[in-house]
Amino acid sequence: MNKLIEIKNVRHTYQTQNGPLPVLDGLNVSVPEGGFAAVVGPSGCGKSTLTRLIAGLMKPDEGEVWLHGERVKGPRSTVGMAFQNPVLLEWRTILQNVVLPLEIVPTKLNRKQQEDRARYLLSLVGLDGFEDKRPSELSGGMRQRASLCRALVHSPDVLILDEPFGALDAFTREDLWQTMHQVKEKEPFTGVLITHDLRESIFLADQVIVLSGRPARTQFLLDVPNTGRRTLDDLYTVQATEMLHTLRHQIEIAQGRAAA
Amino acid sequence: MRLRSFLTPLIAVVVFLVLWEALVWVMGWPDYKMASPSDLGPAYTRYWELFLVMGWQTLWRTVVGLLLAIVVGVMFGMVMGFSRTMRDALYPLLVGFNAVPKATVVPIVALMFVGMHDFNTVLIAFMISFFPIAVSISIGLSTLEPEYRDILRSLGASQTTIFWKIALPKTLPEFFGALKVAVTLAFIGTNLMEIVSPHGRGLGALFDSGKTNSDYPLMFAVLIALAFLGIVLYYVVVALEKIFAGWAERQPG
Repeated sequence: MNKLIEIKNVRHTYQTQNGPLPVLDGLNVSVPEGGFAAVVGPSGCGKSTLTRLIAGLMKPDEGEVWLHGERVKGPRSTVGMAFQNPVLLEWRTILQNVVLPLEIVPTKLNRKQQEDRARYLLSLVGLDGFEDKRPSELSGGMRQRASLCRALVHSPDVLILDEPFGALDAFTREDLWQTMHQVKEKEPFTGVLITHDLRESIFLADQVIVLSGRPARTQFLLDVPNTGRRTLDDLYTVQATEMLHTLRHQIEIAQGRAAA
Repeated sequence: MRLRSFLTPLIAVVVFLVLWEALVWVMGWPDYKMASPSDLGPAYTRYWELFLVMGWQTLWRTVVGLLLAIVVGVMFGMVMGFSRTMRDALYPLLVGFNAVPKATVVPIVALMFVGMHDFNTVLIAFMISFFPIAVSISIGLSTLEPEYRDILRSLGASQTTIFWKIALPKTLPEFFGALKVAVTLAFIGTNLMEIVSPHGRGLGALFDSGKTNSDYPLMFAVLIALAFLGIVLYYVVVALEKIFAGWAERQPG
Protein backbone atom coordinates (compact mmCIF):
# COMPACT_ATOMS: atom_id res chain seq x y z
CA MET A 1 0.00 0.00 0.00
CA ASN A 2 0.93 3.63 -0.52
CA LYS A 3 3.05 4.94 2.35
CA LEU A 4 1.73 8.30 3.48
CA ILE A 5 4.09 8.94 6.36
CA GLU A 6 7.63 7.70 6.03
CA ILE A 7 10.33 8.41 8.59
CA LYS A 8 13.70 7.03 7.62
CA ASN A 9 16.66 6.67 9.98
CA VAL A 10 15.99 9.91 11.80
CA ARG A 11 18.59 11.11 14.25
CA HIS A 12 18.18 14.22 16.37
CA THR A 13 20.13 15.81 19.20
CA TYR A 14 19.13 18.80 21.29
CA GLN A 15 21.81 21.21 22.40
CA THR A 16 21.17 21.88 26.09
CA GLN A 17 23.07 23.70 28.81
CA ASN A 18 24.38 20.35 30.03
CA GLY A 19 25.74 19.42 26.63
CA PRO A 20 24.22 17.55 23.71
CA LEU A 21 21.14 15.42 24.44
CA PRO A 22 20.43 12.84 21.75
CA VAL A 23 16.68 12.13 21.62
CA LEU A 24 16.17 10.18 18.43
CA ASP A 25 18.65 7.70 17.01
CA GLY A 26 17.71 5.51 14.10
CA LEU A 27 13.98 6.04 14.17
CA ASN A 28 11.91 4.42 11.46
CA VAL A 29 8.16 4.82 11.15
CA SER A 30 5.95 4.24 8.18
CA VAL A 31 2.22 4.60 8.08
CA PRO A 32 0.14 3.64 5.01
CA GLU A 33 -2.60 5.91 3.71
CA GLY A 34 -5.61 5.69 6.00
CA GLY A 35 -3.54 3.95 8.65
CA PHE A 36 -3.47 4.86 12.27
CA ALA A 37 -0.21 4.38 14.17
CA ALA A 38 0.13 4.67 17.93
CA VAL A 39 3.54 5.51 19.34
CA VAL A 40 4.27 4.40 22.89
CA GLY A 41 7.45 4.54 24.89
CA PRO A 42 8.95 5.57 28.22
CA SER A 43 8.52 9.15 29.40
CA GLY A 44 10.87 11.65 27.81
CA CYS A 45 11.93 9.30 25.01
CA GLY A 46 11.35 11.84 22.25
CA LYS A 47 7.77 11.12 21.27
CA SER A 48 6.82 14.77 21.08
CA THR A 49 9.92 15.48 19.01
CA LEU A 50 8.54 12.94 16.57
CA THR A 51 5.26 14.87 16.19
CA ARG A 52 7.14 18.11 15.63
CA LEU A 53 9.20 16.43 12.92
CA ILE A 54 6.14 15.15 11.09
CA ALA A 55 4.45 18.54 11.39
CA GLY A 56 7.54 20.17 9.88
CA LEU A 57 7.98 22.35 12.96
CA MET A 58 11.60 21.23 13.17
CA LYS A 59 14.15 19.49 11.00
CA PRO A 60 16.02 16.36 12.04
CA ASP A 61 19.82 16.45 12.21
CA GLU A 62 19.96 13.37 10.04
CA GLY A 63 17.50 11.20 8.18
CA GLU A 64 14.38 12.02 6.21
CA VAL A 65 10.71 12.65 6.84
CA TRP A 66 8.39 12.10 3.89
CA LEU A 67 4.69 12.90 3.60
CA HIS A 68 2.79 11.81 0.51
CA GLY A 69 5.99 11.17 -1.40
CA GLU A 70 7.32 14.65 -0.64
CA ARG A 71 10.20 15.44 1.65
CA VAL A 72 9.09 17.54 4.61
CA LYS A 73 11.07 20.78 4.75
CA GLY A 74 8.76 23.03 6.75
CA PRO A 75 5.19 23.35 8.03
CA ARG A 76 2.49 22.34 5.58
CA SER A 77 -1.20 22.98 5.64
CA THR A 78 -2.04 19.30 5.11
CA VAL A 79 -1.37 18.54 8.76
CA GLY A 80 -3.76 18.79 11.68
CA MET A 81 -2.60 18.76 15.30
CA ALA A 82 -4.20 18.21 18.69
CA PHE A 83 -2.36 18.25 22.00
CA GLN A 84 -2.98 17.19 25.58
CA ASN A 85 -3.72 20.85 26.26
CA PRO A 86 -6.67 21.67 23.98
CA VAL A 87 -5.31 25.25 23.51
CA LEU A 88 -8.65 26.72 22.51
CA LEU A 89 -8.68 30.50 22.16
CA GLU A 90 -10.72 31.81 25.08
CA TRP A 91 -11.83 34.94 23.24
CA ARG A 92 -13.45 32.98 20.45
CA THR A 93 -16.62 30.91 20.49
CA ILE A 94 -16.30 27.17 19.96
CA LEU A 95 -17.42 27.59 16.34
CA GLN A 96 -14.86 30.34 15.70
CA ASN A 97 -12.18 28.19 17.30
CA VAL A 98 -12.90 25.33 14.94
CA VAL A 99 -12.90 27.67 11.93
CA LEU A 100 -9.43 29.08 12.83
CA PRO A 101 -7.29 26.84 10.55
CA LEU A 102 -9.45 27.83 7.56
CA GLU A 103 -8.39 31.43 8.18
CA ILE A 104 -4.76 30.36 7.69
CA VAL A 105 -4.68 27.71 4.98
CA PRO A 106 -5.79 28.49 1.44
CA THR A 107 -9.41 27.41 1.04
CA LYS A 108 -12.12 27.72 -1.57
CA LEU A 109 -14.84 27.81 1.06
CA ASN A 110 -16.55 31.11 1.78
CA ARG A 111 -17.29 32.20 5.33
CA LYS A 112 -20.70 30.52 5.39
CA GLN A 113 -19.33 27.23 4.04
CA GLN A 114 -16.48 27.33 6.54
CA GLU A 115 -18.93 27.66 9.40
CA ASP A 116 -21.12 24.91 7.98
CA ARG A 117 -18.12 22.62 7.83
CA ALA A 118 -17.26 23.47 11.46
CA ARG A 119 -20.87 22.87 12.54
CA TYR A 120 -20.86 19.51 10.78
CA LEU A 121 -17.69 18.41 12.58
CA LEU A 122 -18.99 19.64 15.93
CA SER A 123 -22.18 17.61 15.47
CA LEU A 124 -20.03 14.62 14.53
CA VAL A 125 -18.29 14.71 17.93
CA GLY A 126 -21.54 15.41 19.77
CA LEU A 127 -21.08 19.12 20.38
CA ASP A 128 -24.15 20.42 18.57
CA GLY A 129 -25.71 23.23 20.55
CA PHE A 130 -22.34 24.37 21.91
CA GLU A 131 -21.24 26.35 18.83
CA ASP A 132 -21.67 29.76 20.46
CA LYS A 133 -20.30 28.85 23.89
CA ARG A 134 -16.90 29.99 25.09
CA PRO A 135 -14.25 27.34 25.80
CA SER A 136 -14.38 28.19 29.52
CA GLU A 137 -18.00 27.04 29.61
CA LEU A 138 -17.09 23.53 28.43
CA SER A 139 -15.79 20.53 30.34
CA GLY A 140 -12.32 19.13 29.68
CA GLY A 141 -13.63 16.33 27.49
CA MET A 142 -15.79 18.70 25.45
CA ARG A 143 -12.86 21.05 24.93
CA GLN A 144 -10.81 18.15 23.67
CA ARG A 145 -13.62 17.26 21.24
CA ALA A 146 -13.62 20.85 19.95
CA SER A 147 -9.84 20.73 19.61
CA LEU A 148 -10.22 17.57 17.52
CA CYS A 149 -12.69 19.35 15.23
CA ARG A 150 -10.23 22.20 14.79
CA ALA A 151 -7.50 19.72 13.84
CA LEU A 152 -9.78 18.21 11.18
CA VAL A 153 -11.60 21.24 9.77
CA HIS A 154 -9.22 21.80 6.86
CA SER A 155 -9.38 18.09 5.92
CA PRO A 156 -5.72 17.37 6.62
CA ASP A 157 -4.04 14.29 5.16
CA VAL A 158 -2.28 13.66 8.43
CA LEU A 159 -3.69 14.00 11.91
CA ILE A 160 -1.12 14.25 14.68
CA LEU A 161 -2.42 13.58 18.17
CA ASP A 162 0.01 14.23 21.00
CA GLU A 163 -1.57 12.57 24.04
CA PRO A 164 -4.89 14.29 23.41
CA PHE A 165 -6.74 12.26 26.03
CA GLY A 166 -3.95 12.18 28.61
CA ALA A 167 -5.53 14.69 30.99
CA LEU A 168 -9.06 13.25 30.92
CA ASP A 169 -10.65 10.92 33.42
CA ALA A 170 -10.92 7.25 32.44
CA PHE A 171 -14.58 7.23 31.42
CA THR A 172 -14.39 10.45 29.43
CA ARG A 173 -11.34 9.03 27.73
CA GLU A 174 -13.23 5.89 26.68
CA ASP A 175 -16.05 8.06 25.32
CA LEU A 176 -13.53 9.95 23.23
CA TRP A 177 -11.96 6.74 21.92
CA GLN A 178 -15.33 5.75 20.52
CA THR A 179 -15.83 9.23 19.11
CA MET A 180 -12.48 8.87 17.34
CA HIS A 181 -13.71 5.75 15.55
CA GLN A 182 -16.95 7.46 14.51
CA VAL A 183 -15.04 10.46 13.23
CA LYS A 184 -12.58 8.35 11.27
CA GLU A 185 -15.45 6.59 9.47
CA LYS A 186 -16.89 9.90 8.25
CA GLU A 187 -13.67 11.91 7.89
CA PRO A 188 -10.89 9.51 6.90
CA PHE A 189 -7.37 10.56 7.84
CA THR A 190 -3.95 9.05 8.34
CA GLY A 191 -3.10 9.35 11.99
CA VAL A 192 -0.21 9.28 14.40
CA LEU A 193 -1.15 9.06 18.04
CA ILE A 194 1.33 9.61 20.83
CA THR A 195 0.12 8.00 24.03
CA HIS A 196 1.11 6.48 27.35
CA ASP A 197 -2.00 4.37 27.52
CA LEU A 198 -1.50 0.87 26.07
CA ARG A 199 -5.24 0.12 26.02
CA GLU A 200 -5.78 3.31 24.09
CA SER A 201 -3.08 2.33 21.59
CA ILE A 202 -4.61 -1.03 20.69
CA PHE A 203 -8.17 0.29 20.75
CA LEU A 204 -7.50 3.14 18.33
CA ALA A 205 -4.54 2.15 16.19
CA ASP A 206 -3.87 -0.58 13.66
CA GLN A 207 -0.16 -0.40 14.33
CA VAL A 208 1.59 0.18 17.66
CA ILE A 209 5.19 1.39 17.59
CA VAL A 210 7.22 0.95 20.77
CA LEU A 211 10.13 3.34 21.07
CA SER A 212 13.19 2.52 23.12
CA GLY A 213 14.39 4.76 25.93
CA ARG A 214 16.34 7.88 25.04
CA PRO A 215 17.80 8.17 22.44
CA ALA A 216 14.75 6.59 20.86
CA ARG A 217 14.78 4.10 18.02
CA THR A 218 12.01 1.86 16.80
CA GLN A 219 12.19 -1.06 19.18
CA PHE A 220 9.08 -3.06 18.44
CA LEU A 221 6.15 -3.09 16.05
CA LEU A 222 2.77 -4.61 16.84
CA ASP A 223 0.08 -5.00 14.20
CA VAL A 224 -3.37 -4.85 15.67
CA PRO A 225 -5.60 -7.19 13.64
CA ASN A 226 -8.48 -5.50 11.88
CA THR A 227 -11.63 -6.88 13.46
CA GLY A 228 -14.05 -4.44 11.91
CA ARG A 229 -15.71 -1.90 14.14
CA ARG A 230 -14.17 -2.02 17.59
CA THR A 231 -16.11 -1.78 20.81
CA LEU A 232 -14.86 -1.37 24.35
CA ASP A 233 -15.71 -5.03 24.97
CA ASP A 234 -12.96 -5.96 22.52
CA LEU A 235 -10.48 -4.78 25.12
CA TYR A 236 -11.50 -7.62 27.41
CA THR A 237 -10.76 -10.49 25.03
CA VAL A 238 -7.88 -12.93 25.29
CA GLN A 239 -6.22 -11.48 22.16
CA ALA A 240 -6.38 -7.98 23.58
CA THR A 241 -4.87 -9.12 26.85
CA GLU A 242 -2.07 -10.88 25.00
CA MET A 243 -1.33 -7.78 22.96
CA LEU A 244 -1.32 -5.62 26.07
CA HIS A 245 0.99 -8.06 27.79
CA THR A 246 3.40 -8.05 24.87
CA LEU A 247 3.43 -4.25 24.80
CA ARG A 248 3.87 -4.06 28.56
CA HIS A 249 6.90 -6.32 28.27
CA GLN A 250 8.35 -4.17 25.48
CA ILE A 251 7.91 -1.04 27.58
CA GLU A 252 9.81 -2.69 30.40
CA ILE A 253 12.63 -3.48 28.01
CA ALA A 254 12.57 0.13 26.83
CA GLN A 255 12.77 1.30 30.41
CA GLY A 256 15.71 -0.98 30.95
CA ARG A 257 13.87 -3.05 33.55
CA ALA A 258 13.70 -6.28 31.56
CA ALA A 259 16.10 -8.10 29.25
CA ALA A 260 15.27 -8.17 25.55
CA MET B 1 -28.41 43.83 39.08
CA ARG B 2 -27.38 46.99 37.18
CA LEU B 3 -28.98 49.14 39.86
CA ARG B 4 -27.09 47.24 42.53
CA SER B 5 -23.73 47.58 40.83
CA PHE B 6 -24.34 51.32 40.66
CA LEU B 7 -25.82 51.79 44.14
CA THR B 8 -23.23 49.81 46.10
CA PRO B 9 -20.25 52.05 45.29
CA LEU B 10 -22.45 55.15 45.67
CA ILE B 11 -23.49 54.13 49.18
CA ALA B 12 -19.84 53.40 49.99
CA VAL B 13 -18.88 56.93 48.94
CA VAL B 14 -21.69 58.47 51.04
CA VAL B 15 -20.65 56.41 54.07
CA PHE B 16 -17.06 57.54 53.58
CA LEU B 17 -18.09 61.22 53.47
CA VAL B 18 -20.27 60.86 56.57
CA LEU B 19 -17.45 59.18 58.52
CA TRP B 20 -15.03 61.88 57.42
CA GLU B 21 -17.42 64.65 58.48
CA ALA B 22 -18.03 62.92 61.80
CA LEU B 23 -14.31 62.46 62.46
CA VAL B 24 -13.57 66.16 61.92
CA TRP B 25 -16.58 67.13 64.07
CA VAL B 26 -15.74 64.77 66.94
CA MET B 27 -12.07 65.76 67.03
CA GLY B 28 -13.04 69.41 66.78
CA TRP B 29 -10.39 70.04 64.09
CA PRO B 30 -10.31 73.51 62.55
CA ASP B 31 -10.32 73.54 58.74
CA TYR B 32 -6.58 74.36 58.54
CA LYS B 33 -5.88 71.05 60.19
CA MET B 34 -8.37 68.96 58.29
CA ALA B 35 -11.16 70.25 56.10
CA SER B 36 -14.47 68.40 56.24
CA PRO B 37 -16.75 67.49 53.33
CA SER B 38 -19.05 70.37 54.24
CA ASP B 39 -16.16 72.76 53.59
CA LEU B 40 -15.73 71.43 50.07
CA GLY B 41 -19.07 72.71 48.70
CA PRO B 42 -18.18 76.39 49.20
CA ALA B 43 -14.72 75.82 47.71
CA TYR B 44 -16.21 74.28 44.57
CA THR B 45 -18.91 76.96 44.15
CA ARG B 46 -16.37 79.73 44.63
CA TYR B 47 -13.77 78.39 42.21
CA TRP B 48 -15.86 76.23 39.87
CA GLU B 49 -14.49 77.94 36.78
CA LEU B 50 -10.90 77.31 37.86
CA PHE B 51 -11.74 73.69 38.62
CA LEU B 52 -13.17 73.19 35.13
CA VAL B 53 -10.26 74.84 33.32
CA MET B 54 -7.49 73.32 35.40
CA GLY B 55 -9.18 69.97 35.73
CA TRP B 56 -9.30 69.82 31.94
CA GLN B 57 -5.60 70.75 31.72
CA THR B 58 -4.69 67.99 34.14
CA LEU B 59 -6.93 65.49 32.39
CA TRP B 60 -5.73 66.00 28.84
CA ARG B 61 -2.06 65.98 29.79
CA THR B 62 -2.54 62.82 31.81
CA VAL B 63 -4.36 61.13 28.93
CA VAL B 64 -1.69 62.13 26.40
CA GLY B 65 1.03 60.88 28.74
CA LEU B 66 -0.88 57.66 29.17
CA LEU B 67 -1.35 57.17 25.42
CA LEU B 68 2.37 57.72 24.96
CA ALA B 69 3.03 55.20 27.72
CA ILE B 70 0.80 52.68 25.94
CA VAL B 71 2.60 53.10 22.61
CA VAL B 72 6.12 52.98 24.06
CA GLY B 73 5.23 50.38 26.72
CA VAL B 74 3.71 48.04 24.13
CA MET B 75 6.74 48.47 21.90
CA PHE B 76 9.16 47.67 24.71
CA GLY B 77 6.92 44.82 25.81
CA MET B 78 6.87 43.31 22.32
CA VAL B 79 10.63 43.57 21.91
CA MET B 80 11.22 41.96 25.30
CA GLY B 81 8.44 39.42 24.87
CA PHE B 82 9.72 38.05 21.59
CA SER B 83 13.47 38.22 22.13
CA ARG B 84 15.21 36.65 25.08
CA THR B 85 18.34 38.64 24.41
CA MET B 86 16.46 41.93 24.46
CA ARG B 87 14.68 40.85 27.65
CA ASP B 88 17.99 40.14 29.37
CA ALA B 89 19.41 43.41 28.09
CA LEU B 90 16.50 45.74 28.83
CA TYR B 91 15.01 44.47 32.09
CA PRO B 92 17.73 45.77 34.43
CA LEU B 93 17.67 49.14 32.68
CA LEU B 94 13.91 49.43 32.93
CA VAL B 95 13.80 48.31 36.54
CA GLY B 96 16.53 50.79 37.44
CA PHE B 97 14.75 53.55 35.60
CA ASN B 98 11.51 52.72 37.35
CA ALA B 99 13.16 52.61 40.76
CA VAL B 100 14.33 56.23 40.50
CA PRO B 101 11.74 58.32 42.39
CA LYS B 102 10.03 60.49 39.82
CA ALA B 103 9.85 63.38 42.30
CA THR B 104 13.60 63.70 41.84
CA VAL B 105 13.30 63.61 38.06
CA VAL B 106 10.74 66.42 38.00
CA PRO B 107 13.19 69.26 38.68
CA ILE B 108 15.68 67.80 36.21
CA VAL B 109 13.07 67.65 33.47
CA ALA B 110 11.76 71.09 34.41
CA LEU B 111 15.25 72.52 33.98
CA MET B 112 16.06 70.54 30.89
CA PHE B 113 12.99 71.66 28.95
CA VAL B 114 12.48 74.96 30.68
CA GLY B 115 9.28 76.73 29.64
CA MET B 116 7.80 73.73 27.83
CA HIS B 117 5.19 73.10 30.49
CA ASP B 118 2.80 70.89 28.60
CA PHE B 119 5.64 68.79 27.25
CA ASN B 120 7.24 68.43 30.69
CA THR B 121 4.03 67.35 32.33
CA VAL B 122 3.18 64.83 29.64
CA LEU B 123 6.74 63.51 29.82
CA ILE B 124 6.58 62.83 33.58
CA ALA B 125 3.12 61.26 33.29
CA PHE B 126 4.52 59.02 30.56
CA MET B 127 7.71 58.11 32.45
CA ILE B 128 5.89 57.11 35.59
CA SER B 129 3.26 54.96 33.86
CA PHE B 130 4.87 53.06 31.00
CA PHE B 131 6.73 50.49 33.12
CA PRO B 132 3.79 48.30 34.19
CA ILE B 133 2.54 48.25 30.61
CA ALA B 134 5.90 47.15 29.20
CA VAL B 135 6.28 44.43 31.84
CA SER B 136 2.77 43.05 31.40
CA ILE B 137 3.05 42.85 27.62
CA SER B 138 6.47 41.20 27.76
CA ILE B 139 5.33 38.64 30.33
CA GLY B 140 2.13 37.98 28.39
CA LEU B 141 4.06 37.33 25.19
CA SER B 142 6.95 35.36 26.65
CA THR B 143 4.67 33.02 28.62
CA LEU B 144 2.55 32.09 25.61
CA GLU B 145 2.38 28.28 25.69
CA PRO B 146 4.28 26.79 22.73
CA GLU B 147 1.22 24.76 21.72
CA TYR B 148 -0.65 27.98 20.87
CA ARG B 149 2.15 28.92 18.51
CA ASP B 150 2.40 25.38 17.10
CA ILE B 151 -1.30 25.20 16.26
CA LEU B 152 -0.88 28.03 13.76
CA ARG B 153 2.74 27.47 12.83
CA SER B 154 2.06 23.89 11.77
CA LEU B 155 -0.36 25.34 9.21
CA GLY B 156 2.33 27.60 7.83
CA ALA B 157 1.15 30.83 9.50
CA SER B 158 3.62 33.72 9.63
CA GLN B 159 4.88 35.31 12.85
CA THR B 160 2.72 38.35 12.15
CA THR B 161 -0.40 36.22 11.80
CA ILE B 162 0.42 34.43 15.05
CA PHE B 163 0.85 37.79 16.77
CA TRP B 164 -2.48 39.21 15.59
CA LYS B 165 -4.54 36.06 15.95
CA ILE B 166 -3.15 34.68 19.20
CA ALA B 167 -0.38 36.56 21.02
CA LEU B 168 -2.06 39.97 21.03
CA PRO B 169 -5.57 38.94 22.10
CA LYS B 170 -4.16 36.56 24.67
CA THR B 171 -2.14 39.37 26.25
CA LEU B 172 -5.06 41.82 26.45
CA PRO B 173 -6.26 40.89 29.97
CA GLU B 174 -2.75 41.44 31.38
CA PHE B 175 -2.49 44.64 29.40
CA PHE B 176 -5.71 46.05 30.84
CA GLY B 177 -4.68 45.04 34.34
CA ALA B 178 -1.48 47.04 33.87
CA LEU B 179 -3.38 49.94 32.31
CA LYS B 180 -5.52 50.29 35.46
CA VAL B 181 -2.34 50.69 37.49
CA ALA B 182 -0.88 53.03 34.88
CA VAL B 183 -3.93 55.34 34.96
CA THR B 184 -3.47 56.23 38.62
CA LEU B 185 0.30 56.46 38.22
CA ALA B 186 -0.09 58.88 35.31
CA PHE B 187 -2.17 61.23 37.50
CA ILE B 188 0.55 61.19 40.11
CA GLY B 189 3.09 62.09 37.43
CA THR B 190 1.04 64.96 36.03
CA ASN B 191 0.47 66.44 39.48
CA LEU B 192 4.07 66.10 40.58
CA MET B 193 5.02 68.32 37.68
CA GLU B 194 2.12 70.71 38.15
CA ILE B 195 2.89 71.21 41.84
CA VAL B 196 6.64 71.55 41.55
CA SER B 197 7.03 73.49 38.32
CA PRO B 198 5.85 77.10 38.65
CA HIS B 199 3.71 77.46 35.55
CA GLY B 200 0.29 77.86 37.14
CA ARG B 201 -1.59 75.23 35.19
CA GLY B 202 -3.57 72.16 36.14
CA LEU B 203 -5.09 71.01 39.39
CA GLY B 204 -1.60 70.67 40.87
CA ALA B 205 -1.08 74.40 40.43
CA LEU B 206 -4.47 75.06 41.98
CA PHE B 207 -3.40 72.96 44.96
CA ASP B 208 -0.20 74.98 45.18
CA SER B 209 -2.04 78.29 45.14
CA GLY B 210 -4.36 76.98 47.87
CA LYS B 211 -1.25 76.28 49.91
CA THR B 212 0.20 79.74 49.27
CA ASN B 213 -3.05 81.41 50.30
CA SER B 214 -3.62 79.11 53.29
CA ASP B 215 -6.95 78.15 51.69
CA TYR B 216 -7.13 74.66 53.17
CA PRO B 217 -10.62 73.75 52.00
CA LEU B 218 -9.43 74.53 48.45
CA MET B 219 -6.50 72.12 48.83
CA PHE B 220 -8.79 69.35 49.97
CA ALA B 221 -11.24 70.19 47.19
CA VAL B 222 -8.41 69.74 44.68
CA LEU B 223 -7.52 66.35 46.13
CA ILE B 224 -11.11 65.20 45.85
CA ALA B 225 -11.32 66.53 42.28
CA LEU B 226 -8.16 64.54 41.44
CA ALA B 227 -9.66 61.43 42.97
CA PHE B 228 -12.79 62.00 40.91
CA LEU B 229 -10.81 62.33 37.66
CA GLY B 230 -8.85 59.20 38.57
CA ILE B 231 -12.06 57.25 39.10
CA VAL B 232 -13.52 58.48 35.81
CA LEU B 233 -10.45 57.49 33.81
CA TYR B 234 -10.25 54.15 35.63
CA TYR B 235 -13.79 53.31 34.63
CA VAL B 236 -13.10 54.34 31.05
CA VAL B 237 -10.38 51.66 31.08
CA VAL B 238 -12.80 49.19 32.67
CA ALA B 239 -15.32 49.89 29.90
CA LEU B 240 -12.66 49.35 27.22
CA GLU B 241 -11.61 46.15 28.96
CA LYS B 242 -15.19 44.87 28.88
CA ILE B 243 -15.31 45.51 25.14
CA PHE B 244 -11.93 44.09 24.16
CA ALA B 245 -11.16 41.52 26.85
CA GLY B 246 -14.59 40.76 28.30
CA TRP B 247 -14.05 37.10 27.44
CA ALA B 248 -11.48 36.79 30.20
CA GLU B 249 -14.08 37.55 32.87
CA ARG B 250 -15.36 34.35 34.42
CA GLN B 251 -18.96 34.09 35.46
CA PRO B 252 -19.05 33.92 39.25
CA GLY B 253 -20.14 30.61 40.73
